[in-house]
Amino acid sequence: MSKFLEVKNLSVSFPTEDGVVRAVDDLSFSLEKGKTLGIVGESGSGKSVTSLAILGLHAGGSAQVGGQILIGGQDINAMEESEVRLLRGKLMSMIFQDALASLHPYYTVGNQIAEAYLVHNKVSKSVAKKRAIEMLDRVGIPDPQKRVDDFPHQFSGGMRQRAMIAMALSCNPSLLIADEPTTALDVTVQAQIIDLLRDLQKEFNTAIILITHDLGVVAETADDILLMYAGKEIEYGTVRDVLQKPQHPYGWGLLTSIPRLTGDPNKSLAAIQGTPPSLISVPNGCAFHPRCTYVSRVGAACSTLIPELLPISAGAHHLVRCHLQPATREEIFMNQVGPNL
Amino acid sequence: MSKILKVEGLTKHFPGSKHSLFGKRDVVQAVDGLNFEVEKGEAIGLVGESGCGKSTTGRLITRLIDPTSGTIEFDGKDITHLSNSQMRPIRADLQIIFQDPYASLNPRHTVGTIVASPFRIGGIEPEGGTKKRVQELLEIVGLNPEHYNRYPHEFSGGQRQRIGIARALALRPKLIVADEPVSALDVSIQAQVINLLKDLQKQFDIAFIFIAHDLAVVRHFAQRVAVMYLGNIVEIADRDTLYSNPKHPYTKALLSAVPEVDPDAIGSRERIRLTGDVPNPINPPSGCRFRTRCWKAQDICASTAPQLLQIGASQVACHFPE
Repeated sequence: MSKFLEVKNLSVSFPTEDGVVRAVDDLSFSLEKGKTLGIVGESGSGKSVTSLAILGLHAGGSAQVGGQILIGGQDINAMEESEVRLLRGKLMSMIFQDALASLHPYYTVGNQIAEAYLVHNKVSKSVAKKRAIEMLDRVGIPDPQKRVDDFPHQFSGGMRQRAMIAMALSCNPSLLIADEPTTALDVTVQAQIIDLLRDLQKEFNTAIILITHDLGVVAETADDILLMYAGKEIEYGTVRDVLQKPQHPYGWGLLTSIPRLTGDPNKSLAAIQGTPPSLISVPNGCAFHPRCTYVSRVGAACSTLIPELLPISAGAHHLVRCHLQPATREEIFMNQVGPNL
Repeated sequence: MSKILKVEGLTKHFPGSKHSLFGKRDVVQAVDGLNFEVEKGEAIGLVGESGCGKSTTGRLITRLIDPTSGTIEFDGKDITHLSNSQMRPIRADLQIIFQDPYASLNPRHTVGTIVASPFRIGGIEPEGGTKKRVQELLEIVGLNPEHYNRYPHEFSGGQRQRIGIARALALRPKLIVADEPVSALDVSIQAQVINLLKDLQKQFDIAFIFIAHDLAVVRHFAQRVAVMYLGNIVEIADRDTLYSNPKHPYTKALLSAVPEVDPDAIGSRERIRLTGDVPNPINPPSGCRFRTRCWKAQDICASTAPQLLQIGASQVACHFPE
């Protein structure tokens, strides 16, 4: 199977006055065309830093990026900034969480969509504008001939997000990174945007990386899930694997702590104790161990040795980074976690 | 049971922009004619999308802004037109928790000062001294009492929200308005704060108005839920009725839009997709305000605004309830 995107041993660190912030540490994953990978984690887990690295947007900043980012066989991390610039928008593109902040307030929406198209295609301005209208129509903006000349402030939140999607897809990129694309939106609008992204993916066969903290959004859109904690991937598998049979205690905690529309509402939520660690002083051993309920089942290894990311059984696609023995993990899941899911 | 809060015809219209020098000013109809009651010790959830008026309602009830019309009766007393100084003794019983744990704490004050401020403002000397009481409060909300002298920036988002909760709790209020208290927090921290609020509500028998956009969060906290759309309450019912048997089309659509975590349950659920966005509250649709996005709308919906009526176990404002 051809892997369209391959990230190998990616690490991103930022030197600061207080010490080195290791935002992403030894991250590897891959993605095929037409598939969606959901990267899930809390604030500071390194999900957005990863996406900026894939777009080559750390260049010129203080970040130190290590490892390989292969898109269609080309290593983005080894390229010059000017070369990456030619690929951005065409090969890979991104939509951000805050559509109002990401659109320029002084230019019309149509102008901004056309600009991206003009950079990568030798066409006249009128052709580019036509393309902008076509894209606005495709993402479901009513009356696109007229709205193309509107400014971002004349659009509602959901329409702005649609315009961003139109801009990102105007050059048919093979890879789309969506960083919390629906977080700022209301639920009814969020549902519209999720549907839209899914339809567009089918039409354009785009590979999508969806970055979110919302497990519901991933469940409805992604094929695979990468769960991150303190800059490391701690669990990786299909949506079904990770959401129905999670293997990492952090995944257990997340899934049992979120309020749901089903189940007994009178039962207390099984919250994860404590707070995520500072990335300047990540705990020794497993970064999650100070918050983990099951440390006593393993012993000293949790606080001294960083667990490796290993298949849960020989040959399995489902990977987990945890010291628990597979049998112990199975037993805990069956008795303590499963009943609460 | 006795009521702690009774709201009748509560309305707030904000002045909007003016289009010409002598033209009429736009009116933003943020909240329009709300009627509801809260029992003592009851937790009621107020849900809706942005712009539906839920936060405005919270600020009206706590008298942080003045209503355009209508009455607010708190603990048997009409507080609609009380002045700031008349409100001061009442605020001991009526507190608010804000959404943003960063903006709602003064960065130059220590935690001790922040949590003690209700005592200082109210001129109340708690038994055993302010410091002792503040440290007790910090302990109740799960913070280390030794952190009394620290500043807000030394705490994480979840911990800051706990500081805000301790402050709201200081004078043992009878009603707390919690305006999106967990929406700025990470998932793993949200559950901690929801559990804390729930424990406090039971332990101290405090009535809560829990304002949120997240239906799943409200389900875990409130005993009764009111759904708002564009300044109106469209449905009120006890929790189990509302979630299992929504009567208003909007409630139904809202519930079906919540993303499902279990991949196997996704296909089996009814999906209702509303088209378009919430209309502008400057110029809301005539009749039923939801009719422009409603799949059941008929002529009567455009001409007559439906009243909130008892249908089965729910109160619903709809001409064609489910």
